[in-house]
Amino acid sequence: MSNRTAGDRALTRHRLFWPVVVLVVLLAANTAYRPSFLSVQMRDGHLYGSLIDILRLSAPLILVALGMTLVIATGGIDLSVGSLCAISGAIACLYISRQPDQNSLGGVLTALALGLGVALVLGAWNGVLVAVIGIQPIIATLILMVAGRGLAQLITEGQILTINSDPYKAIGVGHLLTLPLAIFVALAAALLIAAVTRRTALGLIIESVGGNAQASRLAGIRSARITFLVYVISAACAAVAGFMITANVSSADGNAAGLWVELDAILAVVIGGTSLAGGRFSLSGTILGALLIQTLTTTVYAMNISPQTSLLFKAVVVIAVCLIQAPGFRARFARRRAPASAPAPVTEQPKEQVPA
Amino acid sequence: MTGSHPVLTMTGISKSFPGVRALDNVDFRLFPGEVHALMGENGAGKSTLIKVLTGVYGTDRGIVTLDGEQVSFAGPMQATAAGVSTVYQEVNLCTNLSVAENIFIGREPRRLGAVRWGEMRRRARALLARLDLDIDVNAQLGSYSLAVQQMVAIARAIDIQARVLVLDEPTSSLDAGEVAQLFRVMRQLRDDGIAILFVTHFLDQVYGIADRITVLRNGQLVGEYATSELPQLSLVEKMIGKELRVLERLDEQPRRDPADGAAGTPLLDVRELGRRSAVAPFSLTIHEGEVVGLAGLLGSGRTEVARLLFGADRADHGSVRVNGSPTSLRTPVAAIGHGIGFCSENRRAEGIVTELSVRENIILALQAARGWLRPLPRRRQDELVERYVRALSIRPADPEIPVGNLSGGNQQKVLLARWLITEPRLLILDEPTRGIDIGAKTEIQRLVAELSDGGMAVLFVSAELEEVLRLSHKIAVMRDREMVAQLTNDQDVDADRIMQSIAAGAGHEGVPS
Repeated sequence: MSNRTAGDRALTRHRLFWPVVVLVVLLAANTAYRPSFLSVQMRDGHLYGSLIDILRLSAPLILVALGMTLVIATGGIDLSVGSLCAISGAIACLYISRQPDQNSLGGVLTALALGLGVALVLGAWNGVLVAVIGIQPIIATLILMVAGRGLAQLITEGQILTINSDPYKAIGVGHLLTLPLAIFVALAAALLIAAVTRRTALGLIIESVGGNAQASRLAGIRSARITFLVYVISAACAAVAGFMITANVSSADGNAAGLWVELDAILAVVIGGTSLAGGRFSLSGTILGALLIQTLTTTVYAMNISPQTSLLFKAVVVIAVCLIQAPGFRARFARRRAPASAPAPVTEQPKEQVPA
Repeated sequence: MTGSHPVLTMTGISKSFPGVRALDNVDFRLFPGEVHALMGENGAGKSTLIKVLTGVYGTDRGIVTLDGEQVSFAGPMQATAAGVSTVYQEVNLCTNLSVAENIFIGREPRRLGAVRWGEMRRRARALLARLDLDIDVNAQLGSYSLAVQQMVAIARAIDIQARVLVLDEPTSSLDAGEVAQLFRVMRQLRDDGIAILFVTHFLDQVYGIADRITVLRNGQLVGEYATSELPQLSLVEKMIGKELRVLERLDEQPRRDPADGAAGTPLLDVRELGRRSAVAPFSLTIHEGEVVGLAGLLGSGRTEVARLLFGADRADHGSVRVNGSPTSLRTPVAAIGHGIGFCSENRRAEGIVTELSVRENIILALQAARGWLRPLPRRRQDELVERYVRALSIRPADPEIPVGNLSGGNQQKVLLARWLITEPRLLILDEPTRGIDIGAKTEIQRLVAELSDGGMAVLFVSAELEEVLRLSHKIAVMRDREMVAQLTNDQDVDADRIMQSIAAGAGHEGVPS
């Protein structure tokens, strides 16, 4: 009916336009299903509501996905992050469970340092396999993805290790300034990673290595070091996520903690517009992708979709997001509609529909 | 030697790509039972002609006949079915499959849909026996040398009742013994009446095996000659083009004087530097402010020399001194540490990072040298980038657009800028003017002269003799992966003299090592 302006077109062409649209559609669908979805209440000095829950629950995924973004930007992938979550959480819980006073802040801090330290060592192991020995990232990290589960079970001796530590629990469900503490942790990690990559030249060098490894080598970049570093950063992010996941339930389950989080993280990165082939990466896109995935998970629960079909539902939405993001698909979609609408009267609606 | 009727003729073939006339009214004919060499410099149109012949490209104009009948292949499969088989430079086989499987992949002998393995092995043995090749057809292809793999590719090609066999640079990765083995097979096929179209950059090989030679230059036919009637020097002249001497006379710039510093300690002094199966050991000195030209045909080892000097490939032989002190150039990082910069001839694959911006591409080497913890302040980046975008007239002058959107010439300038801001003492430029328009070309040539006047040493690699003569103080000549001559660029040196060096070599004989 009316001509779309150049500004509209620039907006729809923005990398993150379609993920935002899908997020808004999901939120709208939830609100339509349950009008109280958007309401946020103040109770006992804390904010409560579905939106707050989504933010809190997405914090571990955001952390893992941020580390994954850097790995993927170098052209790699890290499948071991889920196992790393389980290992770091298990170590922290094990240490706390052995303390005479589980509520001692010093004990909890030591536990965190231990869990983080082990994760860094394992991240370095990944880094050595990929950057020094030259194993393909998917294989190199698959080793720890599988073996790491066993390691986590070994630490918890095959049991679910339950602790009773208020300071540790706070990482998962505590509050700060009326909001869940986890949100601040994820936010701090995001700001830290953004600062490390964009305030130094690390981001540029990662993008250069991922964009053209051969040209980067000839420009004098020591790509092995950078590759090593991103796997260590990814492991550190996974460790903190592991603390959150175990703190949430005050117990460490070597089998279930962080299970399949690597796949959600990869999805978040891709939805955020970072190419799996490496090169340019977007941290804000990844955060948006993680929020989208968590919203989707929450939607599945909120709408009482049966557990049997929930994964399928998730898959359909993810496929839809990926397709409408793909320029090739959009072009074909537009082409197919164009000839059909050409002979039609001018009053026909412009193509604005979203197949999701 | 040759039959009276050609098995293949191509008449008036023209083919254009956007902005390029790849083939312009080219004629070509091939007789049964001959080895016919297709010669020409890079960009002369050899590959395009082969691709038109084998149906990879269609033609804009022209007629192809096979056995007197007009043909037009829609793709390589059709060409193969009609008896025109091609073996490419890189072995296009699956090294993880067996020899027999490779020969018959996609057309296995079958009965009721099931592969007849015994029949396949038997036929594979028979084919290989025809090539005088005694290998285990059940063994994995990858367990054999490249030469044997190349021969298996030929076996696959001739099985399909091939009458025309196209060999596109089959020898570029073979050593002398393997080339001899390949030639034995080629002679045998020729004697069986197969017409062989042979593309190579090794002159010795042409004179070792070809019966006739067709020369292309800039997409046009120069001529068809009997090998015995075309001396090597004339061949080189025909490939490079005689108008070169005319150009030289038109050249307004005076020939460069030898650098003043040429007497002192050389900036770079390499002795017997070499790498097996890449380039034979060579010695070379480069002084401050000196431009050393590296001349030679494509595939003569020019790029290999450049890569060794930059540490892009690791030398397995020889010693290096920088400013008199012994060192090694094992990695690009080490070379950069000694103040060496390198612009690869392969801009897209080894130079620019297409998705990064012009600014990011320009600062990349400097930033890499500083390490990621010491980022170049944005203001300093903008200053440097703006200065070089202006100095090299990089267009469009917006440093924030992805470098992949720039033209080839401007991408080349971005690469130059990347190294210039590192203030190198020696800049290695591998074909910096190839494939870029004449304006950018002149600008880059002028820049090289200015840099050398300012004290920078330059190793200038180029296929164009005119360019090398105009810019260099000293010229090293490559031929068949060997440095065969070093000439001081004084009044006695001209294009003829260099072409003679290329054509004659250092008096060595036989196939190259």
